[in-house]
Amino acid sequence: MALISAINPLLTAGWQTGGHEWRMEKDAGWRLKDYEARGGYKALRKIINDKLTQDDVIGEVKKSALRGRGGAGFPTGLKWGFMPKAAPVKYIVCNTDEGEPGTFKDRDLLRYDPHSVIEGMIIAGYAVGAALGYNYIHGEIYEIYQRFEEALDEARAAGYLGGNILGSGFNFDLFAHQGWGAYICGEESALLESIEGKKGQPRFKPPFPANVGLYGKPTTINNTESFAAIPFIFNIGGENYLNLGKPNNGGTKLYSVSGHVNRPGNYEVPMGTPFATLLEMAGGMRGGRKLKAVIPGGSSAPVLPAEIMMDCTMDYDSLAKAGSMLGSGAVIVMDETVCMVKALERLSYFYFEESCGQCTPCREGTGWLYRIVHRIEHGQGRADDLELLNSLTENIMGRTICALGDAAALPVRSFTKHFKSEFEYHIEHKKCLVPPDVQYEGSKIYVRPSAC
Amino acid sequence: MLSEDALKKIDREVAKYPADQKQSAVMAALVIAQDEKGWLDRETIGDVADYLGMAQIAAYEVATFYNMYDLAPVGKHKLTVCTNLPCALSGGVHAADYLKKKLGIDFNETTPDGMFTLKEGECLGACGDAPVLLVNNKRMCCFMTPEEIDKLIAECK
Ligand SMILES: Cc1cc2nc3c(=O)[nH]c(=O)nc-3n(C[C@H](O)[C@H](O)[C@H](O)COP(=O)(O)O)c2cc1C
Ligand code: FES
Repeated sequence: MALISAINPLLTAGWQTGGHEWRMEKDAGWRLKDYEARGGYKALRKIINDKLTQDDVIGEVKKSALRGRGGAGFPTGLKWGFMPKAAPVKYIVCNTDEGEPGTFKDRDLLRYDPHSVIEGMIIAGYAVGAALGYNYIHGEIYEIYQRFEEALDEARAAGYLGGNILGSGFNFDLFAHQGWGAYICGEESALLESIEGKKGQPRFKPPFPANVGLYGKPTTINNTESFAAIPFIFNIGGENYLNLGKPNNGGTKLYSVSGHVNRPGNYEVPMGTPFATLLEMAGGMRGGRKLKAVIPGGSSAPVLPAEIMMDCTMDYDSLAKAGSMLGSGAVIVMDETVCMVKALERLSYFYFEESCGQCTPCREGTGWLYRIVHRIEHGQGRADDLELLNSLTENIMGRTICALGDAAALPVRSFTKHFKSEFEYHIEHKKCLVPPDVQYEGSKIYVRPSAC
Repeated sequence: MLSEDALKKIDREVAKYPADQKQSAVMAALVIAQDEKGWLDRETIGDVADYLGMAQIAAYEVATFYNMYDLAPVGKHKLTVCTNLPCALSGGVHAADYLKKKLGIDFNETTPDGMFTLKEGECLGACGDAPVLLVNNKRMCCFMTPEEIDKLIAECK
C-alpha cells in the first residue's frame, strides 16, 4: 500500500482504489447486504433524491474522464451523450464476454461485487432514459452467471430494479444473457446480434449502437468494469475520480496480471502507475528470472520488449506512445524462457480459430498468418516468410468490418518487429534460440503460493 | 421432444426479452436442450426452433456458430483445458499433457468407456488461475496441478 500512497496524495487522504482491490483480496461478500454495508446503492439514492437531470449525470461522468475499460478506451460520458433523447425505446447493455486472452477482471468483478455493476447499469439507464438492460456474460463462467442472476433477484426484491425505482417514477429492469463460446461476441455489434438470437457476426458501423443497437433501437454498451466504476464516481465526485489518475486517463484501473510473475491476479491501481510498481505488486518475476517481454493490454495489443516496458506507466497515453495499447488491461508477462515464435504461434492460432468468417481478409488472412508462423516454429520457415507475414498483415488491417482482423495482425507485426532476430534464427537454423529444456522448465505448472 | 421441466426453463429465458423477441432465448434454450439430451442432434435443434417460433435453419446456424454446443455425442464428462498463451506460461499445456497421458486419449477423443472427452479450449477468462479446465461447459476448475487432476478424475468416475 505504501507504494501506491506515494503515487498519489488523494489516496493517502483516504480514497483507496476504486474499492475493488480490497474486495477481491478479502472477498468482502457479494450479497446485497454486504454491498449496502459498504455504501452500495448510495450513489443511485443520491441521484434520485437530488433529482439530478440526465444531463447532470452524464456531465459528472464526463468530468471523471472515465474511459471505456473494454479495450478501445472511448470516453464513457461522451458515449452516453450520443444517445438520442427523444427515442421512446432504448437499451443498456453490459459487455461481460471477457474472452481476450489474458483478461480475467470482469469475472472477479461479478464474482465479488456484482451489485456494483448492477448499480452502474441502473444509473446508466437513468442517464440515457433506458428502461431495460442486459448483461452478456461469457459462456465459460456459468457459475458467475448464476451468481449474477441471484444478485439481480436481490436487487429486484429490494426495489432497486423494476417499476418506480425508490419512488422516483423511473423504471428499469435488467437480465443476464449467457454467451456460449465465441470470442467475437466481445465485439459490441456481434454481441448485439448474439442477444438477438443470431450468429455473432459484427455489423457495419456506422450506424453506431447509440443510434441503431439492440433490436434496432438506441443502445449504450459498455464494459463491466466501466459500469462498476460509475457508483464510485458518484460517491467521490467526478473530479476526484479524475484526479485519482492523470489528465485524460481518469481514475483507477484493474489489471489482470498473468504469466511469469510470482502472484498472478487482479490488481487495481491508479491510472499512471509505473509498470515496475505493478510488477512488484504481482510479486515480481517468478524464480527471479529475467523479464523478456510484456503484452500490456490483452493478446491483441502489440508486445513490448522489457526495456521499453519498464519505462512505461500504466495508462492509455503512455502505452500508446510506446507503440502498444492499454486495451483491456490484461498484462501478460513473459520471461527469458519464452520462445517468441512459439508464443506468437499460439496467439495466431487463437485468431484463426475465432475469426467469424464474415470478411475474406480476416477469414483467410488469419489462417495464412497461423500457418506461416507455425511453419517457422516447426523448422520449415522460408527466407521470405517475414516479408510475407508483413504483407499479409497489411492486407488484413483496416479491410474488415470489425477490429478482429487488426487484433490478429498487431501481434504478428509487433513480435516480428521487436524480436526479429529470433524469427530469423528460427528460419535459418530450423530451431529455437531458447533451448527446449529451458522452455519446458519455464512453462511448468505454477500455482501462486496463497492459492492452494 | 424436450421434457416439461426443460420447457419451463426455456419459458423463464423467453420472459427476459420483449414479447416479440422470443428468438433471443435460443442460445439459452439450446443449452437447456443440450443439458437434457447430452448433445444436440438436428431433431432437437428443430424442436427448440419450433418452440420459439423461429426458422429451424436459424437455430441450426446458432448451434453451429458457438463453440460450446456439442453437435456430436461426447463422453459423460467433457473436459476442456485452456492452452492459450497466458495459461501456457503457467502450465496449461503441461496440465493438458498430463490429462492426455492419464486418460490415454488426445484432444477431440473420447475414452473407450465413454466417460471422458478431452478438448482444447481457448481463453476461459481465468488466466490468473492457470491451469484451468471446464467440466461439461459449466463447472470451472482452477489451479489444476496433477494432484488436483487426479482428484477430479477420481470424483468423476
Ligand atoms: C474482437 C473484439 C473483441 C472484443 N472483446 C471485448 C470484450 O470481451 N469485452 C469488452 O468489454 N469489450 C470487448 N471489445 C470491445 C467492444 O467492442 C466495445 O468497444 C466495448 O464493449 C465498449 O465498452 P467500453 O466503452 O466500456 O470499453 C472487443 C472488440 C473486438 C473488436
Ligand atoms: S488463457 Fe487460459 S483462461 Fe485465459
